[in-house]
Amino acid sequence: MTRVLPEVPAYPMARDGRCPFDPPPPLGGLREDAPVSRVRLWDGSTPWLVTRYADVRAVLADPRVSSDSDLPGFPHTTPGVAARRGRVKSFITMDDPDHARHRRLLTSDFTVRRMEALRPRVQGIVDGLIDDMLAGPRPVDLVQAFSLPLPSLVICELLGVPYADRDFFHRASRTIIARDATPEDAVGATDDLLAYLGDLVDRKDAEPTDDLLGRLTAEQLRTGAMSRAEIASMGLLLLVAGHETTANMITLGTAALLREPGQLALLRDGGDPAVVANAVEELLRYLTIVHLGRRRVALADLEVGGVLIRAGEGIIAATDAANRDPGAFADPDALDITRKARHHVAFGYGVHQCLGQPLARVEMQVAFETLYRRLPGLALAEPVERLPFKHDMIIYGVHELPVTW
Amino acid sequence: MKVEIDQDKCIGAGQCVVAAGAVFTQREDDGIVELLVADVPAGSEDGVRDAEMVCPAGAIVVHD
Repeated sequence: MTRVLPEVPAYPMARDGRCPFDPPPPLGGLREDAPVSRVRLWDGSTPWLVTRYADVRAVLADPRVSSDSDLPGFPHTTPGVAARRGRVKSFITMDDPDHARHRRLLTSDFTVRRMEALRPRVQGIVDGLIDDMLAGPRPVDLVQAFSLPLPSLVICELLGVPYADRDFFHRASRTIIARDATPEDAVGATDDLLAYLGDLVDRKDAEPTDDLLGRLTAEQLRTGAMSRAEIASMGLLLLVAGHETTANMITLGTAALLREPGQLALLRDGGDPAVVANAVEELLRYLTIVHLGRRRVALADLEVGGVLIRAGEGIIAATDAANRDPGAFADPDALDITRKARHHVAFGYGVHQCLGQPLARVEMQVAFETLYRRLPGLALAEPVERLPFKHDMIIYGVHELPVTW
Repeated sequence: MKVEIDQDKCIGAGQCVVAAGAVFTQREDDGIVELLVADVPAGSEDGVRDAEMVCPAGAIVVHD
């Protein structure tokens, strides 16, 4: 009798349309039965998918595991992402010591203290956007009226990128994170953004400015420590990561909370910044919008969860599955803003964990606290089933969230 | 309770400052962890244990 080998499942897997806030159901089965197992990607490659919390943390903290997307065996997310490599290289796809050298140029700009000092400015932006919503028509798309402008304005001010250019960089960002972007489109959008940021560096070189890109230009470009292209690549990462992620968290978090009014009421009526801060951590865990895993490649043979992974094999650390692991979070599929969720891996783990997380926390805390307090009657203007969830994007969310109040 | 930090491992994510701001801070010039106190003050023990658990770089070790 011939033994039929189990088929290697295709990855990413599809979510259940009836549970748009939950990871694809097959991930739970893999986490239970085959927590380190092969999956098949768009290019036919079969990297390892790691789904348990402890294994995900172990992989992401292991110095024998590389983030260098130029290495053979690296499991590229999409054809577009694969095509962009080589054109744009920032510390997110570097290993130490290069990674640490570049990242440490920025860590002082994103400390908890510096980001807390921005809180009044973030509050001012949030209040201004809500003032405009209250004065405008209903229903309105929360993405365009609130979720996207907030982090875009903040990251523009931090980096020294003109907010007036937002239509351009929003469009280019969308192309870069679209799963179905053709290699040509992904490369084109990347080149456009790099050219734009390179021109900006030139302008800051001619006329120094007191912002992050201005400072990098003065301290790194002029001393020869970094090239114009390196600063542009770094700027691209900060600009795209700085607005896409927070915007999607605010929109998707609001959609999730409006479906669970008890949770929303706890957040709104808690009257305590600690309640809001805890709710943000739970929403990060529950939603895990970076939903196609953290991509790595093994530099040496290593054992993960009892499975031998060979040097040169690709690894995908499924942080969305890890954040729903009952071994790490009791009743993991419940949204419970009072639970202890700070150990989630929504920002990743290991040396590549999100640099901008203190900024993201301040933005989300102010946004969630203020939005529901000032718009206590906030409600979806479309049923959840009709919402255009971002199955088609590398970062999950909702394309539009029509709301009224 | 005593706490040890490794500034070479630290990546400046700031998780420890969020968990226990009375014990950990970040250096102004590069965002790397610094201890505000050598001995963990009463009331900060849980926060310091959380900091050890959530530090993405394994740069914090707690000795009870």
